[in-house]
Amino acid sequence: MAAVRLCRCRCRALLSRVPGAPRALRGLAAGPEVHFGFQSVTEEDRREKIYQVFESVAKKYDVMNDSMTLGIHRVWKDILVHKMNPSPGTLLLDVAGGTGDIAFRFINYVRAVRERQLQRKLKHHQNLSWQEIFENYQEDKSDSLGDSQVVVCDINREMLKVGKQKAQHLGYSKGLSWVLGNAEELPFDDDMFDVYTIAFGIRNVTRIDLALEEAYRVLKPGGRFLCLEFSHVSNPLLSRLYDLYSFQVIPVLGEVIAGDWKSYQYLVESIRRFPPQEELKAMIEDAGFFKVDYENLNFGIVAIHSGFKL
Amino acid sequence: MRRLLLRAVGAEEEVEEEEGWHQLYPSHIPTSPLQKALLAAGSAVMALYDPYRHDMVAVLGETTGCLALPNLRDKMKHHPEGYRILQERPCIRLSTLDMSRLRGLPDGSLGREYVRFLEDNKVSPDTRMPPKFVDDEELAYVIQRYREVHDLMHTLLGMPTNMLGEVVVKWFEAVQTGLPMCVLGAAFGPVRLSARKLQVLATELVPWAIRSGLNASCILNVYYEQRWEQPVESLREEIGIFPPPAVRM
Repeated sequence: MAAVRLCRCRCRALLSRVPGAPRALRGLAAGPEVHFGFQSVTEEDRREKIYQVFESVAKKYDVMNDSMTLGIHRVWKDILVHKMNPSPGTLLLDVAGGTGDIAFRFINYVRAVRERQLQRKLKHHQNLSWQEIFENYQEDKSDSLGDSQVVVCDINREMLKVGKQKAQHLGYSKGLSWVLGNAEELPFDDDMFDVYTIAFGIRNVTRIDLALEEAYRVLKPGGRFLCLEFSHVSNPLLSRLYDLYSFQVIPVLGEVIAGDWKSYQYLVESIRRFPPQEELKAMIEDAGFFKVDYENLNFGIVAIHSGFKL
Repeated sequence: MRRLLLRAVGAEEEVEEEEGWHQLYPSHIPTSPLQKALLAAGSAVMALYDPYRHDMVAVLGETTGCLALPNLRDKMKHHPEGYRILQERPCIRLSTLDMSRLRGLPDGSLGREYVRFLEDNKVSPDTRMPPKFVDDEELAYVIQRYREVHDLMHTLLGMPTNMLGEVVVKWFEAVQTGLPMCVLGAAFGPVRLSARKLQVLATELVPWAIRSGLNASCILNVYYEQRWEQPVESLREEIGIFPPPAVRM
């Protein structure tokens, strides 16, 4: 049954695309069928729809993350960076890094490590003159990050915009760069980065295999791949509760806080469509990574996958 | 029941294949009773917290109108003009209004005063939210008609779109439609008003709004699009709205 227009006039503002109808009219599908949440669309359509979702949610992205996960997403991201354990001098590529959460944590971590390094160094220089200590301090102070750098890459202009504003607001400027790019086709040379992270982004990539291949390509030999993503809960009771919360509460939060039901409906559907832990592990191995492993957080609601390029 | 449980845990495809619980109209988003309850609570809180979230007021109206809307629809069905409106489904949009013709009508006519109201308050009929959470296609039209007629209410009652004017219109609409959203708006709207305005509201405006609301016939049973030339005062008399008190708004 086709959706009926409510009133008899050319109310274009009211009409939204009814899923399925235009494709039927076109006759031939333009490309292979993939999923967009629970809908079936072409690859091209999917990329466009996802772009629009993030364009629409960008401004309220952080507020919504806090509301939906009751702030727990901050802990997940902290755990990711702790697992990474970057040392000063690390070059990080954060893909789908949009609003900068991982990048800022990386900078904080490296800064803290660097400070501890400097303090230890100073402790050993007990018999230096005040002048020498002062000179040491000066040259080290200008290098608070120890040459560490993070490149934040995202396909969506709006998300990058929000990220840059946040960085300015929080005072992050050194060692941080923002690049517009597609995870399936990264604008970087081979063997460039020490670590590649993708947090809550790989789910939105249309060709995950291509993104993994690109990750392999841009990492240096010895480099590490880290992926933080929603995954599958195996415990049946918990799984039902999680589903109930996801489908009943999250779209409502989206409507009330962000005025956008559909984007958050897409979010919870896309989580269900994403490959579970073992399947993703196999895909990462297929891209050439070794010692691929995963760690479940919160019973599998979220998982961190890790792999090395040797 | 099974359908509700399936939907509750996200087994959308199974639900859709079974019964075709799908969109009844383009802006429709089907929701479970639990989702409607959460939406009603959330939108009420958000509307109070941020009065500029008009979309939240709209959502509150849709999720709490399950008794009042069928009532209104029946009132329309049993009235000749209301019945015609339900059949013909007119809508008030900039694209359907002949603004220049309305502007050319004599002062004091419904059309001229309506256009004056739109221009003075810098509002447009196109900024109304389409209904999303009403699970009946005809009732969705009824609530949409109510939203479109709201601006005409401002014109007929002579109320501006500031907080005071909106509260007065809400009192009138609460009595007329019984929509919980109007009742809540009428009850909680005044919390943001100054003492002087509250006094005017309580002593003159609300009693008048209530009296008019009770006396008037159902405002949704008037085919406004066919009465642009009618003088506002004559239409007021016909519907049964008493002349507004002369107070500074």
